[in-house]
Amino acid sequence: MGPLTTALVVFTLTGIGCGAILAIAARVFAVEEDPRLAEICAILPNGNCGGCGWAGCGEYAKAILFDKAELNLCTVGGTETAQKLAKYMGVTVEVAEKKAAIVLCRGNAGNAPRRFLYNGVADCAAANAVDGGDKICRYGCLGYGSCARACPVNAISMDGNLAMVHPELCISCGKCVKTCPRKLIKLVPESRHLHVFCSSLDKGPIVKKACKVGCIACTLCTKLAPDSAIAMNGALAVVDYAKPITKEAETLVQKCPGHCIQQA
Amino acid sequence: MTDTPASAVPAKEPLVVVSSSPHAHSGASIRRIMLDVILALTPAMVAACWFFRWNAVRLTVACVISCVVAEFVARKSMKRDATVRDLSAVVTGILLAFNLPPALPTWMAVVGSVFAIVVAKQLFGGIGYNPFNPALMGRVLLLVSFPVHMTTWSTWNIPSPAAGVDAVTTATPLGLLKTTLDSTGSIPFAFDGATAWQFLLGARNGCIGEVSGLALLIGGIYLLTRRCIYWQVPVMFIATVGVFATVLQLVDPAHNVSPCFHILSGGVMLGAWFMATDMVTSPVTKSGMAIFGIGCGILTVLIRKWGGYPEGVSFAILIMNSITPLINKATRPRVFGHAIEARK
Amino acid sequence: MTQILKPVRKALGGIHPAYHKELARDSAVRELTVPKSLRVSMAQHLGAPAKANVKKGDAVLRGQKIGDAAGFISSPVHAPTSGKVADVAEDITAAGTRAQAVVIEPDGQDQWSPSLPPAMKWEEADSAALITRVAESGIAGMGGAGFPTHVKLSPPKGKTIDTLIINGAECEPFLTADFRLMVEQAGRVWTGCRIIRKILNARTLRVAIEDNKPEAIAAMEKAMGNTEGDTAIVVLPTSYPQGAEKQQIFAITGREVPSGGLPMDVSAVVENVGTAAAICDAVVHGYPLVERVTTVTGKPVVQPGNIRARLGTSFADLVAACGGTRGVVAKVIAGGPMMGLAQFGMEVCTTKTTSGLLLVPPSDVSVFESSPCISCGRCVDACPMRLMPCDLSQMLEAEDYLGAEAMNVLDCIECGCCAYCCPAHRPLVQHMRSGKSRAMLRRKQQQAEKKA
Repeated sequence: MGPLTTALVVFTLTGIGCGAILAIAARVFAVEEDPRLAEICAILPNGNCGGCGWAGCGEYAKAILFDKAELNLCTVGGTETAQKLAKYMGVTVEVAEKKAAIVLCRGNAGNAPRRFLYNGVADCAAANAVDGGDKICRYGCLGYGSCARACPVNAISMDGNLAMVHPELCISCGKCVKTCPRKLIKLVPESRHLHVFCSSLDKGPIVKKACKVGCIACTLCTKLAPDSAIAMNGALAVVDYAKPITKEAETLVQKCPGHCIQQA
Repeated sequence: MTDTPASAVPAKEPLVVVSSSPHAHSGASIRRIMLDVILALTPAMVAACWFFRWNAVRLTVACVISCVVAEFVARKSMKRDATVRDLSAVVTGILLAFNLPPALPTWMAVVGSVFAIVVAKQLFGGIGYNPFNPALMGRVLLLVSFPVHMTTWSTWNIPSPAAGVDAVTTATPLGLLKTTLDSTGSIPFAFDGATAWQFLLGARNGCIGEVSGLALLIGGIYLLTRRCIYWQVPVMFIATVGVFATVLQLVDPAHNVSPCFHILSGGVMLGAWFMATDMVTSPVTKSGMAIFGIGCGILTVLIRKWGGYPEGVSFAILIMNSITPLINKATRPRVFGHAIEARK
Repeated sequence: MTQILKPVRKALGGIHPAYHKELARDSAVRELTVPKSLRVSMAQHLGAPAKANVKKGDAVLRGQKIGDAAGFISSPVHAPTSGKVADVAEDITAAGTRAQAVVIEPDGQDQWSPSLPPAMKWEEADSAALITRVAESGIAGMGGAGFPTHVKLSPPKGKTIDTLIINGAECEPFLTADFRLMVEQAGRVWTGCRIIRKILNARTLRVAIEDNKPEAIAAMEKAMGNTEGDTAIVVLPTSYPQGAEKQQIFAITGREVPSGGLPMDVSAVVENVGTAAAICDAVVHGYPLVERVTTVTGKPVVQPGNIRARLGTSFADLVAACGGTRGVVAKVIAGGPMMGLAQFGMEVCTTKTTSGLLLVPPSDVSVFESSPCISCGRCVDACPMRLMPCDLSQMLEAEDYLGAEAMNVLDCIECGCCAYCCPAHRPLVQHMRSGKSRAMLRRKQQQAEKKA
């Protein structure tokens, strides 16, 4: 037998042998798993984003089967997935409207000046801890991109030191909400576009020094919006997303002297 | 939360810098360390030019330029910040050149340099992330890819040839030792005081930077005084080579050369003072460094004695590089205030 | 003759930075006249901030209590001068946080309150009475930590203290306030030492001074005279952080404070010389803590020196008292360069723990870079707690908080030795702080869950 033939024979036999061993091992050492887990995983989107609160779709499936987890927690799959799961598990489920994240601040480099030059770790929580953060406004976006890095689908971009969520990409997993040390990011219903882009609780004169587009608590919007859809929380106007604002939207944007009410 | 007080609004420009403590620094920098290493390599560079003339210059310049250009291009195409300023590519270039035989074609040196920087360093993430010494990776790539060229030696200016080694030679002392031992079973030359002195000065064949033990020793001591390296790695490396070789020679004097020969031939001096002491790939703790040096020494002599290659320093160091993380973990100091048993 | 001893153990790790103490060490303490406005913070100590017990418009006298201690680990705050309360409002602190502050408009009379506690004959008083006096006087650790002193001097049952160490090391570069205190008022310090010793009933008393302060050693020696019992001055080799509590106890007694523990766990207590002097004032004269010496120094300061100023004096006033600045000021640091807090302006006011005010010119600002770690090992050599800052910072960069906690990041004393010698200029202490705060948060959450 020539060397080539020997090699061919040896490798073929080795391959068959290894394959046989693997096949036997797959039978003998098979792990017993509830077949329903695989079926539930097939319904879930399998992106493993962690938005449901568990470490991946497999864990959420286990939680559904064994821990009585809520069926509407997959924000990526949304209504469709929740209903399919409900059908599979034989229960009904309440489905809420899809949400998207929004950064309630428009204090970019041009609008909100810094009060010192920060030198250190480019992380928002770390920057916030160094002498209270380098912006004059102590409620505004620091712009070091921690939320953008936390987002599993890259839905947040940093634009002139201001975080901006692209709602069409957002899977509303909530990671950015948890990451922001100033709690600027909120999850709001997807259909709502009018927002007060400011989170500063400071009084008007201070806000004027801190940012060009901050809420100065003139309370005009609370009067213009229908049915108390916008109310004051101290010195900050806050939208109540349960109440609709449709025909007044344009007026609100135009009349806001701080230019912080905008349509997203 | 209530009002932001007026005192929180700064009164005027220019803005001050605010950072976390500490607000003082020793002035050390990677660039300064590299400059010290380059300075420490200058005696060896002079010796290389003395013994190998144009080849030394050609190879060093080719390696340094290729390394620097490779790093610049690699960082740019990976869209990362330029790091050429920290001079680590220059040091890699010089060290790689020092590990090459004088007659190596320039294009091969360039290939080795590009591999060392791009594959062994930048693909892992750049300085600080490479697990293996880049210069040695370049040398080993060349050794494995171009074995004939990497083991062809020519000499230019060896003043008085060492006993038994030819003037226009094709072998290094170690190479000659291996082939003669394998074929005839005896040592081809006597190694006496005079020969040892010549080896120390560099009057022997070998890679352009490794021949002059004295020049390398001067450089090494300079690095010690500048605290760029610590004594544990080089001293334990050389001492282990010496001890192991002594033991071998005592057991079987007919087939084993003296420890002095082992230390002064091949790449032990270059390896111990400049290659094994590479910070990124060697352990961080003092006891870890000692273990590293001892390991390198043992492996070097093992490979020389029983391995297929006549010279083992490169492989010894690379193998020890691979277990540096383990050594770091095993030699963690006992934290102040923790009981000795509690250390994990 | 006072005994002078050497330390029993060599301190682990540490660095030898350029000290620059010559800028201020030879200038005697200057008293700063009461400025036009004082903003006295309620958060001048560790633990719960005090609660202001005055309101806008109230008249106050010097030494009058204007903030009540809020809990056991808290300290009262007293008015530094007589005048009117202009406001009680939120103010910024040196750490960048917010705290309530009482703004006082001095009336120029500087009248002491008549209801100050009387002078005590401390040799005859018992520990409890002395501790109460210390607590009432609002004394907190003046070395920089600000731990309420009466708490430190009341160890729980079962913990006896046999060693009292008075910390005159002042290991931070640039700072000379403690040095001048020892040189000029060694008697006050020595009386304070004896009072504390009586409170604790400590057998051994050591006054720790670094060897770069020979005048202070001589002054303390003279003041201490013929001492009784196991009393001595320990001359420590100059290094940073020789003044850190755990390191000092180790050098002087050879004992290691256990991880997560306190000095009382090894039967020791450490108090700063400034705290000792304040205790002397409180016990012997009845004066509460209303002022302190701050070293105002740095190249941009025209006349660097040691200023005794009332608590609540703004940094701007301190610098003005030193002739103002020349050239550009790039950094303003409350404290020393190694552990001080950088400020964004001069509006912050002094507190019980403001040991120094350091101004830095642009040429001396050290910049942190986000370079990778090159495993040089210098930080491992320098760390006085024998941690591995290189590994810890890499873990924390990768947000492996559990791994960092397992590698004992909570033992870090944030001294800054690692970042000082890092050739890659990594912000190591900032990493450690984030690791420590995450670890503490996780432990708190775990405890809360256990209770639930």
